[in-house]
Amino acid sequence: MLLNIENLRKSYGTPDGSVQPVVDVASFSIESGQQTALCGTSGTGKTTFLNLIAGILQPDDGLIELDGRPISGISEAGRDRLRARTIGYIFQTFNLLQGYSCVENVLLGMSFGPGADRSRASELLERVGLGQRLDHLPRQLSTGQQQRVAVARALANRPKLVLADEPTGNLDPAAAAESLGLIRETCRENGAALLLVSHDRGVLGQFDPVRDLAEINRAAAWPSGKEVQP
Amino acid sequence: MSLLQIVLRSLRQHMLSTVITAFSIALASGLLMSVWVVKDQARENFTGVDSGFDGVFGARGSKLQLVLNSIFHLEASPGNLSWEQYERIAADRRVATAVPIAVGDNYKGYRLVGVTTNLFGIEYRAGKKYAVRDGYLFNPERKQAVVGSFAAERLRLKVGDTFHPYHGLIFDENQQHAETYVVSGIMEPSNTPSDRVIWIPIAGLQNMAGHNPETATDVSAVLVKLRGSSSGMMMNQEFNLQGNVMTFAWPIADTLSKLFNKIAPVEMVLRAVALLVALVAAGSILASIYNSMNERRREIAILRALGARRSTIFAVVVLEAGGIAALGAVAGFGVYFVIMSVAAWLIRQETGIVLNPLELEPVMFWAPLAMLVLGALAGVVPAAKAYRTDVAENLTPIS
Repeated sequence: MLLNIENLRKSYGTPDGSVQPVVDVASFSIESGQQTALCGTSGTGKTTFLNLIAGILQPDDGLIELDGRPISGISEAGRDRLRARTIGYIFQTFNLLQGYSCVENVLLGMSFGPGADRSRASELLERVGLGQRLDHLPRQLSTGQQQRVAVARALANRPKLVLADEPTGNLDPAAAAESLGLIRETCRENGAALLLVSHDRGVLGQFDPVRDLAEINRAAAWPSGKEVQP
Repeated sequence: MSLLQIVLRSLRQHMLSTVITAFSIALASGLLMSVWVVKDQARENFTGVDSGFDGVFGARGSKLQLVLNSIFHLEASPGNLSWEQYERIAADRRVATAVPIAVGDNYKGYRLVGVTTNLFGIEYRAGKKYAVRDGYLFNPERKQAVVGSFAAERLRLKVGDTFHPYHGLIFDENQQHAETYVVSGIMEPSNTPSDRVIWIPIAGLQNMAGHNPETATDVSAVLVKLRGSSSGMMMNQEFNLQGNVMTFAWPIADTLSKLFNKIAPVEMVLRAVALLVALVAAGSILASIYNSMNERRREIAILRALGARRSTIFAVVVLEAGGIAALGAVAGFGVYFVIMSVAAWLIRQETGIVLNPLELEPVMFWAPLAMLVLGALAGVVPAAKAYRTDVAENLTPIS
């Protein structure tokens, strides 16, 4: 089992002093190489859930095991290291660094992991169809092309797990379908499992099975229906 | 990408603020070095001036005025000594050489000094005597002049030129003397105050038309080279402590040290101002980077999401501040050189003392290093802000 989650809980304090549960997942797992989609509408805690798995957030309680190693109890620096080496993250807003070229964005992804490898960065960008645009800045690319750079960056460190948070949310339907295909193919080629969350039925329709985050996350049924920022 | 590449890229991305902030550091570093070097070299060169003499005799009065007048050719003479007094000094067995000088005239602001030719036999520095570069030494019987190298350059005088001296030490075109002097020679540069002087025979200056005939044989001062330092102590006792006719300024360096000790508080203020400028410059690094932190929160969050540790982000910001300080410290040498070139020119013009901007001084090592450390320290505050950046909050909108 690649990812194993048990009794995971995360809450935020609210301005009125009460505590707002955001994630409350009794059990969730992914096998190596598996591609899983989570259906999550706004307010079901999907970004918080992915950030907990990525080690960006520390859970209040529960267990997260990645590749047999518990990550919920280790130090922040340890989680940073683990994230850099084991997890690739594709964001809805791509989160490319605007001052860096395509190849530099991919190299940056490698810098905090096993180390920058220019030939692999170029190879990945060629694989996603940007071989001719290595030195372009993100603002010189279309939205779909920026998404492809984000995919290349997520795969740069040969992660075991790729997290994709609404990866097609900013793309038109044609570009979304193409991008999704690319994400799935490249994950498969690199032996990485994929955990994708989306509320787009067109995207979710390509996965089997699709799990509903509202069913997994007991906190999603909280009356406010919204996550609260700390 | 290495940490250094990330830092360099960030500096390039914020080019304008990097350049402006580095420039303020350069000004501070250059100012620090200039203040220290001018102060140290001026003190060293004034107190250790190469005159070739141990002491100066003059009329009863201020030793400092006597030294400034006769060695540095600044200030007015405190009074005159008679020719007989000069002869008594010259005949003293404790005196190896005595050179009488007379002042009171100028040519376009450059002072004429009447002197006997034995001045030119004195070693003003070990193995160095005043030498004529072009032409020949003046004939004591004729109205001839040898011109110091700096004065010749400024006055555009060459061998064979003629000029009329002007009365007084300050140039006044209505005070022209009738006598015509011929430039017989131009001196080799000595890098001493003598480079700013026009030397003429002492009799010529004493007997210049319009001078008081009653004082025609008086001298302004007598420069002496002694036979051993015990002679100086004995003569100090005899002329300064027991006598009341003449003043004996000895040793020359001690007299000038007292001047520098008197102006020490002014030097301290200058140094304090330079240090304050350095602190303000470091503050500009802090302000510049700190203000950019808000717009960089997302960038920091992305780097963290990619696996960068908090300590890495902290190091990037501190290195960025250090990088700006390093750029400024390097450019500071350019600022230093410009300030020093102007200062050295002015000081040479006014005093004849030569400062050397290229001479290595300790401040040239510690000032840039101090700016580097200050700059890096200034980066700690914005680095702490970057360190605390919440990744999840700044990465992407929560769904």
